[in-house]
Amino acid sequence: MKVKIKVWRQKNRNSNGSFVTYDSPDLNPNMSFLEMLDVVNEGLAVKGDEPIAFDHDCREGICGTCSLVIDGKPHGPHKGVATCQTYMRSFKEGDLITVEPFRATPFPLVKDLVVDRKSFDRIQQAGGFISVRTGSAPDANAVPVPKENADLAMDAAQCIGCGACVAACKNASAMLFVSAKVSHLGLLPQGQPERHRRVKAMVDQMDAEGFGGCTVTGSCEAVCPKEISLDFIARMNRDYAMSLLKGDPKGIAGGGA
Amino acid sequence: MNLLLRIWRSSLGKKYVMALTGAALFVFLIGHLVGNLQVFGKPELINRYAALLKSQPGLLWGARIGLLACVGMHIAAAVTLLQANRAARPVGYAGGDAYGSTLASRVMPMSGLVILAFIIYHLLHFTAMQPGINGVGDFSKLRGELDGKPVTDVYAMMILGFQVWWVVLAYLVAQTLLFLHLGHGLASMFQSLGLRNHVWWPRIQVFARVASLALFIGYGSIPVAIFAGGLGKDYAAKSKIQLETGSIQKEVVR
Repeated sequence: MKVKIKVWRQKNRNSNGSFVTYDSPDLNPNMSFLEMLDVVNEGLAVKGDEPIAFDHDCREGICGTCSLVIDGKPHGPHKGVATCQTYMRSFKEGDLITVEPFRATPFPLVKDLVVDRKSFDRIQQAGGFISVRTGSAPDANAVPVPKENADLAMDAAQCIGCGACVAACKNASAMLFVSAKVSHLGLLPQGQPERHRRVKAMVDQMDAEGFGGCTVTGSCEAVCPKEISLDFIARMNRDYAMSLLKGDPKGIAGGGA
Repeated sequence: MNLLLRIWRSSLGKKYVMALTGAALFVFLIGHLVGNLQVFGKPELINRYAALLKSQPGLLWGARIGLLACVGMHIAAAVTLLQANRAARPVGYAGGDAYGSTLASRVMPMSGLVILAFIIYHLLHFTAMQPGINGVGDFSKLRGELDGKPVTDVYAMMILGFQVWWVVLAYLVAQTLLFLHLGHGLASMFQSLGLRNHVWWPRIQVFARVASLALFIGYGSIPVAIFAGGLGKDYAAKSKIQLETGSIQKEVVR
């Protein structure tokens, strides 16, 4: 099969970009979308043109490196899969496919389809962790976790931090990502001591990075390759309200001695 | 004070403000509708209700100031959030925007703006009784009598006010956009306050749809019944004379 791709080409952050349309060579319908780009790039390289830059790593849907907005939907036409697991058989012979980078101010463009998602890392560094002494692994089941919480925490922990939620949202809001990270730890006993400090720090960092607010459009949930639910945003809103009421914890005279 | 600043300075805090002021305005809409639906009864019914409200100026002005404060905070939070949202996404997609979102969720700022314009018009129309904008005449000349005391004839004001086609149209347009605004807003209110889970979300959405539709039908029925249904036609004819001559010629219906 053959398709046409209309790709955003931009040399770097400071130059202007534009769409360029390429005809693909003959493709195997079972190629992934990224493999299709690889094949197109081979053709470009042979001609001496600059290949299309795009992010990719594991290509099995678990690393969150691949991005791309394909025909207006991050990660392509299917529900619950990343671009790397979107296959050319999902498109028709001769289709014109629009391929764009994730668009958001906190995701500055690097080149072509590559954007810088370090703002997510900074949100994680603000509070997406638990502080424990490392050492030998604790005994299994030493800390009881209710089954429902374990399941929910696992659902939240599935977030691969790809940024599709930000890319899809008309406000470029990172609420789904942040809420998944907040809930993942906030649901487990190990995450309780820092629960309110964590949500405050991560949301404040999210605001500082310049992400927009949630207007409950549901776009993020619709495009998330891991199908993270809007429920987690509500859970984060609850936790954040508590942390606002509590304020910043003050030290006690004597420091607990 | 520290807490209020913390709330206002965070995007989530502003969403709480949006949700709580929105909830207060929704409660007002229910009360206002119940009050207005009394127009379907005898003229005395709604006139007595209006007189009751006016007999308590402290409560009346307290409620008015409280409601205007809610509208003000709702708008202030909306405008600042909208600015942040626009700044976060200055470039759209060639392949289509906002995948999977509903129309109502995308047009919230626009529907809100129309509702604001309507609130201003509505207050000038029936509360301030500005004669130039109602297409009928000076509503303040409409005086009725209740238990021997002169009162504002609210019934006549509504019956006459909705004889004008463009007034009816303006009210219906505003009510349609209010329906859209509430259809999204009432559900989002619970989300913003964190009051939902996967069990309650479908129920909340049904509540939002049913409540917004009920308000639309309730509010829409009044101008439609008067304009097209002939509600209070005889009364309107008498009131019209009063409006033109400035004297009470109609007998008081008990």
